[in-house]
Amino acid sequence: MLVAILTIGLMAGVFGLILGYAAIRFKVEGNPIVDQIDALLPQTQCGQCTYPGCRPYAEAIAKGEAPINQCPPGGQSTIVLLAGLLEVEMLELNAEHGEHNVIPLLAIIDEQICIGCTLCIQACPVDAILGSAKHMHTVIAEECTGCELCLPPCPVDCIDLVPVKQTIDDWKWTAPNAPPEPMHEH
Amino acid sequence: MSIKLKGFYGGMQLEGHKTESLTRPLQQASLPDFLILPLKQHIGEANRSLVERGEHVLRGQLIADSSSSISAPIHAPSSGIVRNIEIRPVPHPSGHSDTCIVIDLDGKDESIQQQVVNLDSLTASESIELIRRAGVVGLGGAVFPTSAKLLRASENGIDTLIINGAECEPYITCDDILMRTYSDEIIRGTGYLQRIFNPVCTLIAIEDDKPEAIEAIRQALESQALTQTELVIIPTIYPSGGEKQLVKNLTGKEVPQGQFAFDIGLLCLNIATCVAITRAFEQGESLISRIVTVSGNGIAQPGNWETRLGTPVDHLIRLAGGYRVDQHDSQHLVMGGPMMGFSLSSDCVPIVKASNNILVMQQPTIPMTPGYHDECIRCGNCAEVCPAQLLPQQLYWQARAKDYHRSEEYKLFECIECGCCSAVCPSQIPLVQYYRAAKSEIRASKQALFKSDQSRVRFEFREKRLLLKKQTDEERRRLKREALQKNRLQNKAADSTVDPVQAALARVRAKKQARSSNPKNTTELSTVQQQQIEEADERRRVARLERR
Repeated sequence: MLVAILTIGLMAGVFGLILGYAAIRFKVEGNPIVDQIDALLPQTQCGQCTYPGCRPYAEAIAKGEAPINQCPPGGQSTIVLLAGLLEVEMLELNAEHGEHNVIPLLAIIDEQICIGCTLCIQACPVDAILGSAKHMHTVIAEECTGCELCLPPCPVDCIDLVPVKQTIDDWKWTAPNAPPEPMHEH
Repeated sequence: MSIKLKGFYGGMQLEGHKTESLTRPLQQASLPDFLILPLKQHIGEANRSLVERGEHVLRGQLIADSSSSISAPIHAPSSGIVRNIEIRPVPHPSGHSDTCIVIDLDGKDESIQQQVVNLDSLTASESIELIRRAGVVGLGGAVFPTSAKLLRASENGIDTLIINGAECEPYITCDDILMRTYSDEIIRGTGYLQRIFNPVCTLIAIEDDKPEAIEAIRQALESQALTQTELVIIPTIYPSGGEKQLVKNLTGKEVPQGQFAFDIGLLCLNIATCVAITRAFEQGESLISRIVTVSGNGIAQPGNWETRLGTPVDHLIRLAGGYRVDQHDSQHLVMGGPMMGFSLSSDCVPIVKASNNILVMQQPTIPMTPGYHDECIRCGNCAEVCPAQLLPQQLYWQARAKDYHRSEEYKLFECIECGCCSAVCPSQIPLVQYYRAAKSEIRASKQALFKSDQSRVRFEFREKRLLLKKQTDEERRRLKREALQKNRLQNKAADSTVDPVQAALARVRAKKQARSSNPKNTTELSTVQQQQIEEADERRRVARLERR
């Protein structure tokens, strides 16, 4: 009897030590689920979700503070991916936060009107606008995420968001029209 | 010595339709009035134009190039004046336009001075660079830059060189007629490749439905003693000319997924590419022309033409006697064969390096099957013919359900888009079109993921930069504040014996003293000046009185 209690107690102690050591030695830095959510978000950093960037929104989702349907740039496909990752119910995109543009947008500065105030440069979350004070500004097309954050600060309304023009390189084959779904008999 | 064929999985026997375009020998296509040369005619990075509007160019002159390692430059196919560099419709399944150089030909066809090099002194890498400069690409249809392929092959080492003269797709006969006409050049090109790579053996593969081509190659091979070179006659089964299928058939080796033949010590080149290499070596000639088959039941006189690149398709159609007038309304133009080609929206697009065939049909072929089709009846015929040994049915369900993650697991990207599955499908499901659409979607989402990762990096870098700026600003302000404080303390220590109020008063007094000196120009005035001053004072006095 005593031997059994001692044996079990000793084993518990040893395993406790191993677990305790492992918890310190293999501690995971940060919250891995936040990284996974952040990887699915489109990284436009537009703030339409009411959070100041994609990562804060990912943190809010991870904490359960925000629903998964507040990201208009990601659209329904992002919601599907988030629902799959978090194993939660799928939701429709919340229209309060904006509409999803199927074709991505690109900011274009009308250089005739631009006065070189640098306000848009400060607003751009991905440093995609180039220029300096009293000199013409321009958008680096490859870096622009179409987040629209440069629009409100512009004092002369010289920035337009236009749909990205499709080229031969990003052209997509269209799928054939599938036959209508068969009627299910009960 | 003769090798035993190992065969490959799947495939199907198709009606060849090859005799129509083989009734006449190879013809030289006449020069059109102008040529249209798209800047991108290969897989890889697009070229940049090196000529300007109004510039006079000669045949063989370099007109577009790129610094990328996977690219092939473009040369002027004939002499003339550059009309413009503009966006024009190009032969592409999208029907979209792209940047092209348009050259108005002067008809003189003047050539630049061709540089002929001493072949014996060339090293392997110099030979490959020569092939790159000549703009040679894989002429079997994939248009992968040959120099890039050879470079990878020379890094990996090659034990078997395969010269592909299979030409398995119906209607196309450009390789057949090339073998009949230029058999010596093919064998000489094979010799040059052997010199670069020193393969253990060389196999020239031709399908058994081309007896005349086989005979021509056999004779050429006998006249030029090449070591360890064998002519292999393979049965006519579509798609025996596909690189992976040919490798399997000849050597029994399977090219692992996601890799190419050159990754496992095999180099597979099309015979037309071989001829282009011969010409680059012997005459210093760049790739400026190719043989194009014009065939199909909608054309009056099918045949083969050696055509300058950039020739508009309608020029070639005219040479082939034009469209069959009885059915003029229902012409379907396809570039490539009926299995793997794509439809052209108009006949004003140019012949490019990839154009092996212009097919004019009175009825739509497989790649053009219209949208509607029946349901899958799960017969499994598609899986039996699939040469890539995939599960076309599963891929079809996954593509329809947009379950692209699953599609990738089922190796969608190993699909060579040969069209066998679509051809045997009793429900006429355009399977390949589903796969192409799914591939595009997957590529697009990968691109989007890449961009979002890039944006994240830029955003995080910006945050870091702003934080750093804030910190350095604060640090600077703190240092300045401290310096001021120190300064003030020092001054205080020095002035502690003097009463600050007295000191300030003394400073003010000294300033006043300095200012109170008399103006110098009021002494020693003449009487006239004195009088003027008095008059002015009087006027001021009167004015002051009046104002009151």
